[in-house]
Formats: sequence, structure tokens, C-alpha cells
Amino acid sequence: MPSPDPAVLARLRAIVGEAHVLTSPEDTIPYGFDGTAALKGPAGVVVLPGSTAEVSAVVRLACELNVPIVTRGSGTGLSGGSVPSEGCLVLCLTRLDKVISVDAANLTVRAQCGAITAAIDAAANKHGLFYPPDPGSMKISTIGGNVAENSGGLRGLKYGVTRDYVMGLEVVLPDGRIAHFGNACVKDVAGYSMKDLFIGSEGTLGIITEVLLKVVPRPAARRTMLASYDRMEDAAQTVSDIIAAKIIPCTLEFLDRMTIGCVEDYAKIGLPRDCAALLLMETDGHPSAVADEAEQMLALARARGARDVRVARDEAEALRLASARRSAFSALARVRPTTILEDVTVPRDKLAEMVSFVAEVAKKHRLLVGTFGHMGDGNLHPTFLTDERNTDEMARVHEALEEIVTKTLALGGTITGEHGVGLAKKAWLRRQVGEHSHDLMREIKRAWDPRNLLNPGKIFD
Amino acid sequence: MKPSLQLLDYSILQQCMHCGMCLPACPTYDATKKERHSPRGRISLMRAVADDELKISPAFADEMSYCLGCLACQTACPAGVDYSNLLETARAEVQSAGLNQTFTSRFWRAVTIRGLFMRPRLLRFAGRLLWLYQRLGLQTAFRMIGLTKLLPKDLRRLEPQCPTIATKFSPQLIRPVESPAKKQHRVALLTGCVQDLVFADINRDTADVLLANGCEVHTPPVQPCCGSLHAHNGEADAAKTLAKRMIDLFPPSQFDAIITNAGGCGNHLRHYGSLLAEDPVYAPLAKLWDAKLRDIHEWMMEHGCRAPQAGLGDLTVTYHDSCHLTHGQKVTQQPRDLLKLIPGLRLVELPEANWCCGSAGIYNITQPEQSEQLLVRKIGHVLGTGATVLATANPGCHLQIARGLRQAGSAVTLLQPVTLLARAYRKEKMTESMTA
Ligand SMILES: Cc1cc2nc3c(=O)[nH]c(=O)nc-3n(C[C@H](O)[C@H](O)[C@H](O)COP(=O)(O)OP(=O)(O)OC[C@H]3O[C@@H](n4cnc5c(N)ncnc54)[C@H](O)[C@@H]3O)c2cc1C
Ligand code: SF4
Ligand code: SF4
Repeated sequence: MPSPDPAVLARLRAIVGEAHVLTSPEDTIPYGFDGTAALKGPAGVVVLPGSTAEVSAVVRLACELNVPIVTRGSGTGLSGGSVPSEGCLVLCLTRLDKVISVDAANLTVRAQCGAITAAIDAAANKHGLFYPPDPGSMKISTIGGNVAENSGGLRGLKYGVTRDYVMGLEVVLPDGRIAHFGNACVKDVAGYSMKDLFIGSEGTLGIITEVLLKVVPRPAARRTMLASYDRMEDAAQTVSDIIAAKIIPCTLEFLDRMTIGCVEDYAKIGLPRDCAALLLMETDGHPSAVADEAEQMLALARARGARDVRVARDEAEALRLASARRSAFSALARVRPTTILEDVTVPRDKLAEMVSFVAEVAKKHRLLVGTFGHMGDGNLHPTFLTDERNTDEMARVHEALEEIVTKTLALGGTITGEHGVGLAKKAWLRRQVGEHSHDLMREIKRAWDPRNLLNPGKIFD
Repeated sequence: MKPSLQLLDYSILQQCMHCGMCLPACPTYDATKKERHSPRGRISLMRAVADDELKISPAFADEMSYCLGCLACQTACPAGVDYSNLLETARAEVQSAGLNQTFTSRFWRAVTIRGLFMRPRLLRFAGRLLWLYQRLGLQTAFRMIGLTKLLPKDLRRLEPQCPTIATKFSPQLIRPVESPAKKQHRVALLTGCVQDLVFADINRDTADVLLANGCEVHTPPVQPCCGSLHAHNGEADAAKTLAKRMIDLFPPSQFDAIITNAGGCGNHLRHYGSLLAEDPVYAPLAKLWDAKLRDIHEWMMEHGCRAPQAGLGDLTVTYHDSCHLTHGQKVTQQPRDLLKLIPGLRLVELPEANWCCGSAGIYNITQPEQSEQLLVRKIGHVLGTGATVLATANPGCHLQIARGLRQAGSAVTLLQPVTLLARAYRKEKMTESMTA
């Protein structure tokens, strides 16, 4: 809303309370962006509802006045999904942060949309249960944001992504009606699977207000090891060997040479700077199975020419080894003022090829790019270390990105494995999914939200 | 030249990639769940000022004052954003724009920052008066006849817990130079302002710990304030003057280490290099100064602190991290390791040990409500541990938490790690002389 009409503000205040409608620049400027580099927009009015009923009432009012709504969780998104658009109302859901209940008999957790991902896992943990999706932002991301982006994490290969844990949703529709989809039944084939339409919908189809999640028993044991290689291909081949040996580890994460150097500069863990790849491997489950699998993984890594494999003896050492991977992003983010984190994904057997392609492109365009990511599921994070004020360098970043996307699609991959399309990747969506699929997506959006009030301009124009 | 956000190296602002990883660590965001009260939000406001999209307004000034300056965001930040530098610049700009909050906070600034903390002798004199007032029983008399009710509300809240001023200040307890039996290092000991007024005995304990570990301790009787209060509250020029006086008094080339035992001062003392970077004469000295500066716990563990041979009996102790020690100076493990050296002492972890207690410089005076909420939260955790002693290493935290414990009617004793260690060394000496 450009210059908020006092009468409208009064109605918004009547719905959510005086303190939860923000209009001054000091209050709204901080809602002008999410976690995406170099994107921002004007957050005219920010509304923080305290219940599903309030969300519904705000949506009805916006609908009546034809005001677009940009839904926001914690604003950690990496594709610009919650960046405000001109004349919009920002609906920020962080007050709806309760983990409502844990049902140990049915293995479910019910939570409000603004509940923090880590708080959901902590609540499950109290009952010996486990919520596996662990995006790097889990200490602050909201579950609503996770569902809206279908977020992944480090455990994708074995445990899947957010979608695999959503059993039910409460959603406020574009006209303000409150609808419920799914339930606590493991089996349910009654009609279309409507909840699946909302997972990954990036705030364009409805506002998720409550979620019912599946949880699983917490694994009793875990083993961690870190292997270094002279060639990225050998690391990738180790992963294929492990999977061919019928082992599904919970974590298979890699760092490339550039990232290893940055991590070592920053954390001084004692990593070999001259190796081309580090592979962090973790297996979890029943203690005896874990011991057995760990031994096999060690042997397979050695057989593929791993220069060195460190196996953690205890939890403390496991944490130390894992910190090499965990600090990758922090180490890279310190190098230059602007950090652009991409998440192209290719079929697993194409990963090594993709990593070396990224390194070549970076060299060609004289850019600093470190790549790390999830080797088990082919999801890489080429991270551009740059400066948004340097227009010449930014132009080269865009050229490089274009080449990386083209290669990704040629290898049968996707422009985004977990961060979503938002604003940042919508130019490439049609190229990836094809015109019919792209048209169908837009038709669904149009049918559902004919006045284009929910997160307009995200995913497609 | 006045410090300003527009003149600040823009890459310091740009370093924030607005990822939000600092939000869960920030006490003011935790309390309100509003972006404006988060590190990311505050940085975005500073950037808007730098970009000329926002004027320095009363709301901006309030926001900078509502920040605790606890620097928990700096520990949480993956991108290494120098929040402390940003906050100081923003506060200085608020200061020079003349937008300075309430009457009470103006009053306190005038009395403390511009007055007392610029003049060490005057500060001690004021301390002495306060001591007299307390000793002569005027305090009790005033309270009984209700005179204290005439004080503004914020002050009234703090007055009953106003720190009891020490009977003796540091120079009466520590000689200018004290030497150990076998000298291995030559160190300077900074006595601090609040530490010196209220906790001079802790300075004595620090000297004893150093002596027991082969350090010759140099403690000039009159020392300037380090300038941290000034820098944190937007008085950059005063901070620079004080830094230079400090360097003059302790030429860094003459010592193996310059020791501080107050977390808040230490964090500021380590950054004289950047504070005086533009000064042709002092810049190189300040750099050397930074390299020599050590927190007492850090210095002790760096040189393999000797474990005392005697303990203090069975003691369950928990430890509260002072913000500026843990987030500012990154000294987190050393105080714990130091405590564990004492025979018979059992250390239990305090939940949320590194969450601000609400003291935060003069925050408990300028933002009483938020400060009180943080204090209550801290006391709850302390009581939950079942420890009989709470150790912490910063005079501000010490005063604040001691006040909270008294308010809660708790019997938990508050001591600093060096005090416990010094007592163990004294016990050791006694045992030795008895057996001899
Ligand atoms: C340091 C860092 C690490 C990250 N690591 C990962 C990772 O490992 N894996 C991964 O997948 N992502 C990762 N992300 C991206 C991001 O954290 C996720 O996309 C997360 O799910 C966003 O949650 P949020 O609450 O911040 O949502 P926001 O950023 O506020 O919103 C994201 C999108 O969801 C919509 N939305 C939010 N809440 C709702 C709701 N209740 N109903 C409907 N729509 C809604 C918004 O409109 C927007 O389109 C990372 C981000 C950062 C900064
Ligand atoms: S210094 Fe403390 S209160 Fe201020 S923004 Fe950082 S974490 Fe929040
Ligand atoms: S964690 Fe650091 S980079 Fe991220 S928003 Fe906070 S200050 Fe900015």
C-alpha cells in the first residue's frame, strides 16, 4: 500500500491490534528484503497476525480492497520469495510460533506456521522422535516457509525433503476462506492430493497457517568420517560405490578446492589445502548396522583412492569433522562483500562434471566461486563471492550464471534444488519445465487466485 | 571529522547479506519478534541512512539505544559482520545529531560519561563520598524517611541495590610493582573503573593469580578510564583521548602482556588499533598495544596456568559468560578451564550461559524494562542449576546479577573466577606453611 489510507489502517488495527500494524519507515524498512543478495522492495505496511482467524480477516480485507499480499516467515529465503512488491501488504507470520502438540502414538507433530524449524525437532526430541529436514537456516526459518519452499537440507538422500513429512495443512485461501487438507493417516487417497499443491507454492496460492508433520524415531547411533581426494571424480565415484553397495548414508557432503582453502583460512581445522575434494560421510541408525556400514564406507573410500580418511572416535570429534562442512558457507561469506548462493542440481552421476564446469566458468569470467553441497542428491551450491557495486563484475556474474544454467539443463538437472524460483530464477523456469507445464502452472494460479493478490510476480509474471 | 554512517567504509554495511542467522541470538528480537529490533533490522536501518533513504530520526535513535550492544549477533553471524563498529558509528551519529532520548538518559550521560569517567581521581572521590554515605548509615536513614521516593522511578529501582563501594581502592591494595619469587613475565595490570571502585579486591586477586604464575605485575596507582563507555555511547573523541592516555601510561613495548580482568573493557581495549588508525603518532603504538592486550583468563591458559594444590572444599559452581568476554573477545572456554583447575570444584553448565543478563553498560539505567526481563530470565536459570556459587568475570554482570539474586532472596554467592583461584592459592600457601 503506497500511502496507507487511515481508514484501512484503522480496520487492520481493529483486526490484529494496534501494536501489530507497522507503517513508519523505521519499522518497515527492515522488511524490505529476504536472504537473497541484491534484491529489495518497499514494505509499505507490515501486519503481524496472531491467529488463523486474524490471517483470514486480513486476507478478506485485502481482497475487498484489491491489495496484494506478500507472505513472510523469517525472511531467510534465497530466491526473493518474500521480497515486497510495489503497493503490497506484508503479512509476517512470526507471531504464530507455537509447536501445538507431539503425538507419539501416531508419530506426528502439529505446529503453527511461524514455529521455528529447530523448535519442531526439539519438541520431537523430547519424545525420542526426530524431524529430519534440516535446512542450514533451521535455527530461524519457519516451518511455513519450509513448506512454501519445500526446503531440503543435509539429509535429503536418506530422509527426503520437507514434502516427505507434510501430512496435513491448514490454509487461508486467496478469498479468506480457511481450508484443511490431509490428516494424520499414513494412507489417504480421497480425491486430489491438495496439500501437495501448496508445498513449494512460495506463497502464491494460499497462506499456510498450521501444519501436521510426520516424525520418525530418533536414530540411536551415528558415525562420521571425512575423506580427502586429489580428484573430485573420485569423491563422486565413492558416493556411487556406496549406493551400489546398498548403503544409504544420511549425509554425503562435499567441498571443492576453493571452499576448502576458505574454510582453512577461517576455521583452521587442519584440512589439506592441496586436495581437490573433501567428502563428509555420515551413517545413522541401529548401532550394529551403523558400525558395519561405516566400515564398508571406509573401505570403499580407500579403494577409490581417498588420500586420507579420518573416522570420528566420539561425538566431539564427529562435530569437529562436520564443522569443515558446516563452516563452508560462513567461510565463503567473509571473503567479499556480496555472497550469491546458487543451488543448481543435476542427476547424481553428473555432479563431478558439473563441479568442474563451474570451476572453468569461474576462471573464464575471472570470478571467485566456491562450490560445496550435497553429493548424495546432486544438489550443488556454487557460491559467487563478489561485490554488487562493481557493475562490470556483476555483469560477468550474470553471464556465468547463464552458462551454468544452460549446462545444468543440458545434463537433465534443475535450476533450483531447494531454494525455489521466487524472483531470482523465474527467467529460467519456462526453459526448464517446457511451455505446456509452465502454462499449466500459470492456469492453476489464475484459476485459484484470479485477481493475482497472493505474492504476485513470484515464480512467473 | 565526526564519525558517520555515510562516511563509513560501505563494505562494512554490505558485508551483511541479510541471511537472518543472527536473529535467534538477539535478546531484543527474542523479546519482540520485530525485525526492527534485530541485528539484521538495525543494520538495514543504518544502511538506509548511509544510502540517504532515511534521516536520523528519534525512532532511529531509540532503536540504537534499545540494542544491548551484547554482540551475540557477532558470534552468530556467518559473514563476520563487524556489528560493534556499526553500532558505535550509528550511536555517534545519533549523538552528533543531538537526538538523545529521555531526560534520565541525558542526565546519566552527563554525569557519568562526560564527567566522572573522564577523570579517574574525581571518580574515586565520588566513590569515596558514596562509601561515606553508605557507611554513615545515611542510606538507611534516607530510605526510612522516604527521601529516596523523591528520586525518579528508574533511579529508585536501582538505588537499594546501588553497589557497596569498596573500603579500599586498588592502589591501597596493590603496590605499583610486585614481583614473584621466580620472574618469567613482565605484565601490566589494568584496574578498570567500576572494578576499581566496587571490586578493588578482585584486582588484588588478579595480581595474586599472576604472581603465583611467575608474572611481575605493574599497577600504576592512577589509571585513566579505557574509554569503552564513551565509545559504546557515541562519544568517539573522548574515547580516542582516553586511549592515548592509556598508551602513554603503559608503553606496550615494555610489557609481555597488558592484562585486563573486566570483559567489557577488554573488548574495547583490544581495538585501540582501529580507534587510532588515523593518528600518525599513535597508530603503530596502538597496533602493538592490541597485540599485547590479554584478558586474564586467556593469558593464564595461554601459559599453562598452574593448578593450585589446595581446593576450597566441595563446591558446585556455574559460570555466566559476560557478553563482551565471550562474544566480543571470544574468550569462552578459558574461564571454565581455569575454574576446573581448582581441586574439588564441580562446574555445571548454566543454560543460556551466553545470553545477556541485561546489564550491558548503562543499559540497566537507560532501558530498565528490557533489562529487568533479561535479569529475571538469567536468575531463573542460575537457580535451576543448584550451584552454590555463580562465577562471572565482568563488573557490570557482577553487579546486575548480584542485584537479581538479592531480589530473588537467593543464597547463591557471586564470585569471579580469579577470586576463586586466588583463594585456592592462598589456601595452598597456608597448608604449605602449616606443614613446614
Ligand atoms: C544461511 C542460510 C542457509 C539456508 N540453507 C538452506 C538449506 O539447507 N536448504 C534449503 O532448502 N533452504 C535453505 N535456505 C533457504 C531458506 O532458509 C528456506 O527457503 C526457508 O524455508 C525459508 O523460510 P522462511 O521462514 O525464512 O521463509 P521466507 O523467506 O519468509 O519465505 C519464503 C517463501 O515462502 C513464502 N511463505 C513463508 N511463509 C509462508 C506461509 N506460512 N504460507 C505461505 N507461504 C509462505 C513466502 O512468501 C516466500 O515466498 C537457507 C537460507 C539461509 C539464509
Ligand atoms: S548487540 Fe545484542 S541486542 Fe544488539 S543487535 Fe546484536 S544481539 Fe541484538
Ligand atoms: S547473521 Fe550477519 S550477515 Fe546474516 S543478517 Fe545477521 S548480521 Fe547480517
